[in-house]
Amino acid sequence: MSYSSLPEDVLEHVFSFVQSDKDRNVISLVCKSWYEIERWCRRRIFVGNCYAVSPRMAIRRFPEVRSVELKGKPHFADFNLVPEGWGGYVYPWIRAMAGGYPWLEELKLKRMVVTDESLELIAKSLKNFKVLVLSSCEGFSTHGLAAIAADCKNLKELDLWESDVEDPSGNWLSKFPDTCTSLVSLNIACLGSEVSFSALERLVVRCPNLRTLRLNRAVPLEKLAHLLRQAPQLVELGTGTYSADLRPDIFSNLAGAFSGCKELKSLSGFWDVVPAYLPAVYSVCSGLTTLNLSYATIQSPDLIKLVSQCPKLQCLWVLDYIEDSGLEALAATCKDLRELRVFPSEPFGDEPNVSLTEQGLVLVSEGCPKLESVLYFCRRMSNDALVTIAKNRPSMIRFRLCIIDPQTPDYLTLEPLDVGFGAIVQHCKDLRRLSLSGLLTDRVFEYIGTYAKKLEMLSVAFAGESDLGLHHVLSGCDSLRKLEIMDCPFGDKALLANAAKLETMRSLWMSSCSVSFEACKLLGQKMPRLNVEVIDESGPPDSRPELPVKKLYIYRTVTGRRIDMPGFVWNVGEDSALRLS
Amino acid sequence: MSQDTTVDSPESSDGASLMSFDTELTLGLPGESRSPARAPAFAQGHKKNCTKRGFMETVIDLNLGTSHISMPRGQNSESRVSGTGKYPAAKAQVTGWPPVRSFRKKTLEGSSKLVKVAVDGAPYLRKVDLQIYSSYQDLFRALEEMFTCFTTRDYNMEERKLTGALNGREYVPTYEDKDDDWMLLGDVPWKMFVESCKRIRLMKSSEAVGLGKYKFS
Repeated sequence: MSYSSLPEDVLEHVFSFVQSDKDRNVISLVCKSWYEIERWCRRRIFVGNCYAVSPRMAIRRFPEVRSVELKGKPHFADFNLVPEGWGGYVYPWIRAMAGGYPWLEELKLKRMVVTDESLELIAKSLKNFKVLVLSSCEGFSTHGLAAIAADCKNLKELDLWESDVEDPSGNWLSKFPDTCTSLVSLNIACLGSEVSFSALERLVVRCPNLRTLRLNRAVPLEKLAHLLRQAPQLVELGTGTYSADLRPDIFSNLAGAFSGCKELKSLSGFWDVVPAYLPAVYSVCSGLTTLNLSYATIQSPDLIKLVSQCPKLQCLWVLDYIEDSGLEALAATCKDLRELRVFPSEPFGDEPNVSLTEQGLVLVSEGCPKLESVLYFCRRMSNDALVTIAKNRPSMIRFRLCIIDPQTPDYLTLEPLDVGFGAIVQHCKDLRRLSLSGLLTDRVFEYIGTYAKKLEMLSVAFAGESDLGLHHVLSGCDSLRKLEIMDCPFGDKALLANAAKLETMRSLWMSSCSVSFEACKLLGQKMPRLNVEVIDESGPPDSRPELPVKKLYIYRTVTGRRIDMPGFVWNVGEDSALRLS
Repeated sequence: MSQDTTVDSPESSDGASLMSFDTELTLGLPGESRSPARAPAFAQGHKKNCTKRGFMETVIDLNLGTSHISMPRGQNSESRVSGTGKYPAAKAQVTGWPPVRSFRKKTLEGSSKLVKVAVDGAPYLRKVDLQIYSSYQDLFRALEEMFTCFTTRDYNMEERKLTGALNGREYVPTYEDKDDDWMLLGDVPWKMFVESCKRIRLMKSSEAVGLGKYKFS
């Protein structure tokens, strides 16, 4: 019996157990009939670059999708490198999906421009809409949120992770009708202005399935206890401001409320934290798996007291106030730790303001056998420390190190940190994401090209000496999908020699490097399936062809040049001559 | 070729003059730990560093060399050697570096209240973030640690230590408020103080005439 003679519905049933995009894509390539069956039963699509494909093409190929995830701006937009108006508009997608996916249930967007109009269109057209996640998005206000609240009768999840929301006055939370009882997750932590507490409370009370509640800073600490008592089933909580006058009655009320929340696994918020109120959460610490203290400006002793009570902690985000001593305590207590992010309290300070060094990270790498994901801002590093970390944790998957002063050498030997990072890529064979910093020559890129075979994303700044560096990466990293580079002496040669590689990647970002406009044009002409976009706010790049391009964003696409480019973005493709004349 | 990028060539006059300025001051050997404001471990026994660093701090306060200092590439190893001291005075912020999200920057900006602390007779200033302290006691403890390594005369004499000083003998803690008035620390509730304080000065008692009797329990 051959597989092709299995009835369609059987195949479809079998395929329904295959969730991963990669596997689904492979299935679709087996034969024409499998391609057809698969495309009709695909329920979720992920588009890593919204300009790689048009909404129409996506809808045409996968007509029965229920969940769409889109990403817009390049990652470096997070650090103000992408000018306002660059693009990433979601409206065309929503307009297409309003007609093409009337039963769409989930929409997850990252780094996209979302207008109130888009939100209103969702609310009006998608009758079964359940999940809206807007991560690092912008362009909308609480008016748009009001439309979602009012019209999405089955809304389960509304998550505004770190989005930039305009808050004109208006009580959008009370637009949730009394009949709405379906909320499971609500994250409004990024909202600047006050929300009506009574509306919030009523909402919480009538949604028995609420598992995640992330409040914004405007919710006072005195009111938190009240909310918690109405929702003791919460699994994830983000507090509002964690500061109040020191009063024993407020404290005992709060501590009592927390002790009633037996399911809490994740805590965040803690803005303006007053250390005296921290013990109110001690009763839930033993069950915590995630703790986000990255906005908590408290000193190491208080952090240690808290963290020492969380033996089940898997994920910790914290400011560098934790210091090496705090990380030592973390390493001793949290043996289940998988992810650590240490953010800088004073990234623009001239001098270290805290006693956090490479030692802290070394200690955690020694004490936490499951550590696999690190983001670490510090002011000094050594090759020795990096080698130690690499040997301690060969299972590392994400390693992002930011030594705050660019080109800082090994503080012990004054050498570049090539050997240290080389050890990381050599020992950590499953490394998928890497961010470099410190003084680095072309050698580090040779190591990366040689060893980092599973590396998917690489971030580089102020590193390298010549095109050879870039060439090592492009020619050696077999799994590379995203490469972002700023202020490195990489130029035309490596780029043109590895033009074909760029089509196997999602995107390449290069700013303040040494790529000429001529090379960009050549690349654009040679590779029709790449969009080679030059960003230059001071004028047409071909008017000063002797200067390197300031910013360059190259990405693969099946739809050709985009039609929403602003005046400061030039697509240097085949007809670039026509375009610029 | 002139590039309107964030990178200055090593030959740029600003870069060169600041580099030589910096190496003149060489704050201790490269790699030697400096005395960060809130790291008493480093401050112990590093009195010499304090003084030299102080000079640097004063220079920073005078805002020398504010032009667009960027990342000198291909520098000789000497100027690299100074470590964190190599970007003196009003370090120009390179767009995109360090990679901190604007959301986070904005949020933390609101949560930190950095004020300068000057001590009469000390050659340098410090900055403290008032938001991380919850009371005057906390703040004084931190100031003590910060300034223990200095006195105008003799390091070793107990009487000169700031603890004694803060009890009203040698120094009077004052601050400049929003209305540009000099007030005594401790007069107003802590929160009000945090909100209105622009900078702190530990004034010599002899000069604190007319500020009213300093009381601190």
